[in-house]
Amino acid sequence: MRTAAAYPLRSPARIAGRVLAHGILVLLGLVWLVPSLGLFVTSWRSPSDIAASGWWNALVEWRYTLANYGEVLSARGFANNFLNSLIITVPSTLFPIAVGALAGYALAWMRFRGRDFIYLGVMALLVVPLQLTWVPVLRLFNTFGLTGTFAGIWLVHTAFGLPFAVFLLRNFIAELPGAFIESARVDGASELMIFSRIVLPLSLPALASLAIFQFVWVWNDLMNALIFLQIRDKYPLTAAIQSLLGQFGSEWHLLAAGSFVAMSVPLLVFFALQRYFVRGITVGGVKG
Amino acid sequence: MAPGGNRRTPWLFLSPALFLLLAFFVWPTLQTMWWSLHGGTGLVPTEYVGLENYTRLLTGDRLFLRLDRWPPSGALVNTVLWLVLFPALTTTLGMLIAVLADGVRYEKTVKAIIFLPMVISATAASVIFRFVYSPDPTIGAANAALTSLIPGFEPVPWLGRGSVVNFAIIAAAVWIWCGLAMTVFSAAYKSLNQEVLEAARVDGAGPWQTFWRISLPMLARPVTFIVIAMLINALKMLDLVLVMTAGGPRGASRIIGFSVYWEVFNNSRAGYGSAIAILMLLLLIPVILIQIHRIRVEER
Repeated sequence: MRTAAAYPLRSPARIAGRVLAHGILVLLGLVWLVPSLGLFVTSWRSPSDIAASGWWNALVEWRYTLANYGEVLSARGFANNFLNSLIITVPSTLFPIAVGALAGYALAWMRFRGRDFIYLGVMALLVVPLQLTWVPVLRLFNTFGLTGTFAGIWLVHTAFGLPFAVFLLRNFIAELPGAFIESARVDGASELMIFSRIVLPLSLPALASLAIFQFVWVWNDLMNALIFLQIRDKYPLTAAIQSLLGQFGSEWHLLAAGSFVAMSVPLLVFFALQRYFVRGITVGGVKG
Repeated sequence: MAPGGNRRTPWLFLSPALFLLLAFFVWPTLQTMWWSLHGGTGLVPTEYVGLENYTRLLTGDRLFLRLDRWPPSGALVNTVLWLVLFPALTTTLGMLIAVLADGVRYEKTVKAIIFLPMVISATAASVIFRFVYSPDPTIGAANAALTSLIPGFEPVPWLGRGSVVNFAIIAAAVWIWCGLAMTVFSAAYKSLNQEVLEAARVDGAGPWQTFWRISLPMLARPVTFIVIAMLINALKMLDLVLVMTAGGPRGASRIIGFSVYWEVFNNSRAGYGSAIAILMLLLLIPVILIQIHRIRVEER
């Protein structure tokens, strides 16, 4: 309680200020909520209702149907795309964490020539846009037969997720109490043992934050799926929605239901693990 | 044993990461530089053309840069519009919400609502806003609200009119990314030194004065951080434009990150697209240098 309550409440100017503050907050909250709410309500309305009246009418005249979800999942194959999203996302979340943790430990606790250079290089890569890399990587994938394979997209996401993973994990691991690591070294433990028995368990909060970020980022990825998968049968939900838009620009009942199928998983992750989300953002910075 | 095991151990730990970073970032960037000097169609540019792609981009491509009439237009001009508006709006709104919501009873709720768009995909957000912006006032909430509030208001095709389309997409982007700014600012605001704020209050400073004179200067670091992050975001922006308008109408909503993709994968001009990607990199180099500088300072 700082801005508002810390000041004397009596004066009319202060009261007006507080009313204004609440007004702005509520208004912004509504502006942020209404766009999603509209599509959400629409996903439960029949196509004829959608064509006949605006979604806000459905808030009064309750007439809802599950049919859109049924149609988009079965007839339009979104159930299959959902499965693809999972197949793509789970390994694409685990691999970069493993690779990034190994590198993060080395950068934080081992002394060797070129360490600072490598760390700064990784920081620079955080900023490099993927647009710079797509054509050469795709050519490489064509040569090795990786285009259109799940293995290929796992590799892509592992590599593209790495700068952020190394950055976040290196910073967290560097803050771990050095006494544990040094005394294990004195006792003759191997670096791999220290890494797996001491560093990884102590880094669980950072690993969890990173896992959530990477999971949501990969689940929501459209561009890499379009470029490296190319095959509709292997598309994740994002790419499936995009092709639905291409063919049927105004089939709102399917677009709405399909979008909420795609959103359901990250929303669930967010509500279940909100704490880690916020911590990851405030500690780790931004991915992008 | 020497600290850090024997001399090869660090490199064993680093090798998977280094291999992937070299194969997926460093080497492709170098190749893109080389191919930006080539012409031809398809994924494999054939003929060497020197700097022709660059001169054409900056002088002969009306969809990329058009300066011969007012207002100037093209992807590069739109990118500048994004670079100005997007960081300004996300930062201002994010700070406004972080400060106003601090300590109110529904703080958690309102912050969750603002943050939610960060969690969903740009694809889903694009569908949401295509719906909001529908020119049909029985579908699109924007036109419905305006026609009912303003008598005689003609529904606007927000995504179909060149003069408004960029603002419409930027608004959607602000809707997505504001939650990030708000979260960072809110955490920083809560950790401000209470004694300093209390002292200002005792000295008779009002909330408005306290914010501008004391809180905001102490929040300089998170603000710089968010502005830089949003600048980078604006430069890389692609999927939102692709799904909302595919750069249309008639190329009016193209931005640099979109043009790279469109020239390569839609127009099959990999060399030309590579040249745009290199221009992107050039625009980002100052940001990369700032980033490295900031980290160097923080490490000390």
